[in-house]
Parts: sequence; structure tokens; C-alpha cells
Amino acid sequence: MYKYDNYDQAMVDTRVEEFRDQVRRRIAGHITEEQFKPLRLMNGLYLQLHAYMLRVAVPYGTLSSAQMRVLGDIADKYDRGYGHFTTRQNIQYNWIKLEDAPDILADLAKVEMHAIQTSGNCIRNISSDQFAGAAADELVDPRPYAELLRQWSSFHPEFSFLPRKFKIAVIASDTDRAAMRLHDIGIQIVKNDVGELGCAFYVGGGMGRTPMIAPLVNPFVPLDQLITFSEACLRVYNRYGRRDNKFKARIKILVHEIGKDEYTRQVEEEFAQLLKQGIEPPLAELARISEYFTNPPFEVGAPGQVDRSDPDFALWLDRNTVAHKQPGYAIVNISLKPVGGIPGDASADQIRLMADLALQYSYDELRVTHAQNIVLPHVRQADLYTVWQALDAAGLSTPNLDLVDDIIACPGLDYCSLANARSIPVSQKLSERFAPRRAEIGELKLKISGCINACGHHHAGHIGILGVDRKGVENYQLLLGGSEGADTSLGKITGPGFDEDGVVDAVEKATDVYLAHKQGGERFLDTYRRIGMEKFKEAIYG
Amino acid sequence: MDDALRFRTDEPGDDPAVTVDSFGVQTNAAAVRLEPGDDARDLLPYLERLKLVEINFPGFGDGRGYSAARILREAGYAGELRAVGDVLVDQVAAMRRCGFDSFAPQVPLNAADAEAAFNRWPEVYQPTADGRVPIWAKRHG
Repeated sequence: MYKYDNYDQAMVDTRVEEFRDQVRRRIAGHITEEQFKPLRLMNGLYLQLHAYMLRVAVPYGTLSSAQMRVLGDIADKYDRGYGHFTTRQNIQYNWIKLEDAPDILADLAKVEMHAIQTSGNCIRNISSDQFAGAAADELVDPRPYAELLRQWSSFHPEFSFLPRKFKIAVIASDTDRAAMRLHDIGIQIVKNDVGELGCAFYVGGGMGRTPMIAPLVNPFVPLDQLITFSEACLRVYNRYGRRDNKFKARIKILVHEIGKDEYTRQVEEEFAQLLKQGIEPPLAELARISEYFTNPPFEVGAPGQVDRSDPDFALWLDRNTVAHKQPGYAIVNISLKPVGGIPGDASADQIRLMADLALQYSYDELRVTHAQNIVLPHVRQADLYTVWQALDAAGLSTPNLDLVDDIIACPGLDYCSLANARSIPVSQKLSERFAPRRAEIGELKLKISGCINACGHHHAGHIGILGVDRKGVENYQLLLGGSEGADTSLGKITGPGFDEDGVVDAVEKATDVYLAHKQGGERFLDTYRRIGMEKFKEAIYG
Repeated sequence: MDDALRFRTDEPGDDPAVTVDSFGVQTNAAAVRLEPGDDARDLLPYLERLKLVEINFPGFGDGRGYSAARILREAGYAGELRAVGDVLVDQVAAMRRCGFDSFAPQVPLNAADAEAAFNRWPEVYQPTADGRVPIWAKRHG
């Protein structure tokens, strides 16, 4: 994985000192809370309902074991012994003191980490495929491109006060594991007819209150124009994105209002100007970065036979491991969705245990997934049983990847000052109700947001739940038919909302309709797409 | 103007900055003020005679002025580019990078804080209007 050189380290160290100075000036009253807010947000520090929350960047979801261990230590030292992994492959701490934040950043900087631009109206942490470098179906490893974009977008002076936040995802396989087209910019690395690599740019996707699937704006931007084209996309947005209404300020609204063709025309015009400015790093820089993402020294001829005699292990093996590009290896998914637990939460001890396992069994690498789980990307099949035993002893072996109780949920009204309803208790009730039936129900992506901002990706859930405030009472709307994969679609609302127990019952009625109508190997989503909403509505409201 | 906030050696002009609308009809004006909604490219035919462009930040959170500044510098504008309005100490370094070379904040900046802000960053990741050499160029110099 990528290693900082002296330049990268100097940038992060400088940011720690700058933020320390900003906190000092805030505490001394030299700057107002209104002035401080965008500064702390650009450093991932939110004021929530009970305390400050710090969001730490995990660029493209990749971590070393040393970094993971520090994340565990921070949870002990500055929080209440927990970290919360997020849908943008980051980690959040929910109980932070303002005066501790500079010291936390200093601890992070020692292991080449930071919280730069994890919030605020700027270019956020770049996300990617959690199986990058391990997946059997990828064209190339997408992370060098994401790292190039990380450096370009860090402290970009022109784009620090955009109309609204800006999220970029980079993938390099047709199987989209990063919800790429639900980002402000989604980039897919592709090959053209003559075998050259380039970038397909999808611009103007997003969730929130007006979900949009990003249209294709340019099918092939050559690799040596990637940064220049990105800059053109951003400049048009910075100049013409709406600033009159916070809820219409994302780039998806601009692209929608002026139309994809007009937006594309403006970008191409700006791109032509910017090409003359020499702002593109040379391909040698991309080559330098790519050197850090070569294959680990895989053992050739590693045995591919796994002893399945322990039934609990066999269940987990079938559910939570994925084919690796290297024979004799597997991708291990560690579920952070224990029955009745809080999605994405891990204790400091669990975080350190995962770090140890990565060091010993996964070439010192871990990944955070947008589904709020952890991945050990490169595990020898011969080591799977040992790894499973260690996970099992730590409560980390729930065999539910992509099943009904592998729920994505935002922090909701338990923590978040924007939320209208609690997400966590609903998630816990659903998990307890459905865990015993997870094998029967099969793949089902269930996603819960506690408000219309959609941090829990409810639009993209096969089943989505949206918490709203109805005359001061928490109320939950149900959506069906969303998807975030290569077949991205947005869920539709079934009808009137429910209370907390009502929505759990409604989900059960929906899964019963599925099981009654399922043909062959259909997933919930497939059956829904075939038979349509009406049958579900009849069962839920009839 | 506070000398510490002007990074030019020429004498400041004393022409009052006019709006973009009146600049269009007032053929001898040498100073103009851009508001966030104005298109900086409307000025490109007149860069030769312009001595001062003020870019107004009515609120610090509106970042359109950063793009306006770079567009003018990219087009070759060499006159004074002044940030005015709600210009805060934590924004001046980014403004400088976008090509601003003078600052007239409506609320005066703390001198020590401003000096620290202008000198804080030893390296930069992006080439912009200030001509600083980006990190990638140093790596492959």
C-alpha cells in the first residue's frame, strides 16, 4: 500500500499544526463558532447532540495493521472504547473533546493518517472498491488513481468552499462494489479498443433528499488528463452550482437542471482552457504511486483445499469469503453486524485483534467497506480456519455478508444533530428478528437512514428504511427495489410510514411475499423487479 | 492598505473599482469589482488596461471568487487582484494560491496570525496561479 514520502508527511504534519492553532484561537475567542465551523468540519470534527464527533479518513478504505492498531488505541485513549466504521470507508469517534482533537491528529499523523476533508463543503475522502488488488474481476487496481486524486484534492485552494460536499469514487471492475454512480463523480477505469487505459467519468450522482444516478459525461478520459478533467468538472460546479438553497446545492442538481449535455459542454470548454495550464502530473507520478500497489509476495501453489468438517466454520466460509485472483488465497469479510449489534461498531480490542490478524495472515492490509464491514484482502486458504477461530472468539464471525441482517445504518438520532429518527434501535430489532431466517431469505441489502440526508443509503437498499419526523413522532417509511451495484436503481416508497415495531413487521411481510413468489435462484431484488410493487403493497397494507 | 497584506511592488492605484456592468460602458475604467455572480471571463477582452480587479466575498463561505481569480491569472492578467469583504485569516493562504496578491478584509486581521497563515505551507500539491512548484514536479524534477 501507499507510503508517505517526506513531502506527504510534511503536508499532514503542517495540517496538524494549523488545526492546533485554529483550535487555540477558537478557545481564546479570536474566531467565532460560525467562522470555526467550516475549519473544524474540513478536519472532520462535527458537533453532535452530546459531544464532538471526529471522522478519520481511510483513503480508498485501505489500512495497514499499524494504522488499524492506532485506530483502536485512539478509541481507548480519547473515546469510550469504540470506533464506528462508516459508509464512506472512514471511521468515526462519537465522544471527542475539542481540546483533544489536535493530539488525536498528531497520533494519526505518526502512522500516515489524517482527518483532512472528511467533512465540509470540499472534496471528501476518495472511496474505492474494498476488494481492490484482490478481486478476480478487476481490470487493474483502482487505488493508484484514487491516491493521485487524493493528493490533488488535498488542500485544493480553489475548491475549499464549494457549494456543498463533493464525493468521488474510483473503481476498475464492472461489478460495482463502491456505489460508484451514486457519487458526485464516479470514475471507472476502462480499456479502449486499442487496449489503452482511461477513465469513464460519471458525474452528478448522489443520494440525499433528491437521489440521482450519475450520467456518463465522458466515456474515456486518457490517464494523462485525469486530473485536468477532474479540475474542469469541479470548476464548472464551483462557479455554477446553486448556493441559494443548501438542499439544491449538490452537483447532481446542477447537472439535472442544466442537463447532462450542457454540463458536459461547459466542462469540455473549461477542460480545453485547463489543458493549456500544465496542471497534470506526469505519468511518471502515476507510475511512482502504482509501485506501492503491486501484488504482495503471494505463495505460488498455496494449497486450495479447506477442511470443512466444522459446520460453523463451513457456514462462515461459504458466506463471508470471496474468490481471490490468486489461487490458494481468499478474501475474508469480517462482519461488524453481530445479532442485535450496532452496525459498523467495533471495540478497541476488536480493532486491535483485526490489526494483528492482518499483520499475520493478510500481508499487513485491511479494508473498510462501504457496507461498514472490514476485509482481510489476502488470506491463504490454509489459514482460514485459524483466522475464523480468532474472529469467532472475539465476536467477529457472524456469517451474514450481504444477508438481511448485514444492515447499513447511519448513527441516527442517538448521536446525529441532523437526524429525525433513531436508526440504531430499528436496526437492532430487525437484526434480532431476521438473523434466525437469514439463510432462508438469502441476499438482501437492508439500509436505514435516520433522515432524508440518506447517510444510511436507504435509496440503494433492496429494502430501504427512512426515518422521518411526523408531528414530533418518529416514523419510518419503507422503500423497495433500490440497488447500488452495476444495476444501480433507486428504491420506491411503499406508502404510509410505520412506527418502530410496525416497520419491522412490514419488512417481514415484504420478505414473506418474496419467499412466496420466488422462482429458482432469485434474490429478493430479482423477484421484486419481476412482480412489481403491487403484491408487496397488498401484503403490507392489506 | 496594510502593507503586510499587499504582495506587489508597484504603487497601489487610486481608481475606484466600478461594477462589471458600468465597466462595460465606461471605457476608461482601470479598476473593477467582481461580485460572486459575475463572470470573470467578461473581463478577458480588457485585461491590458486593467490595473486592479477586486473580487468581493460577501460571505467567506461563497467560494466562487477563488475560481474567478484563477481564471483571470490563467488568462494572463498581471495587475493587482484584491480580495475584499469577508476575508478571514484562515482563507488568505488559499486565496494567495489562486492568484490574489492583495487583501482588504472588512474586519482587520491579526497581524501575527496573518503572517503565520501566509507562511504556513512549505509544500503544495497543486500547481496554481501563484507559480509555486507542486510536490509532483519536485519528485520528478
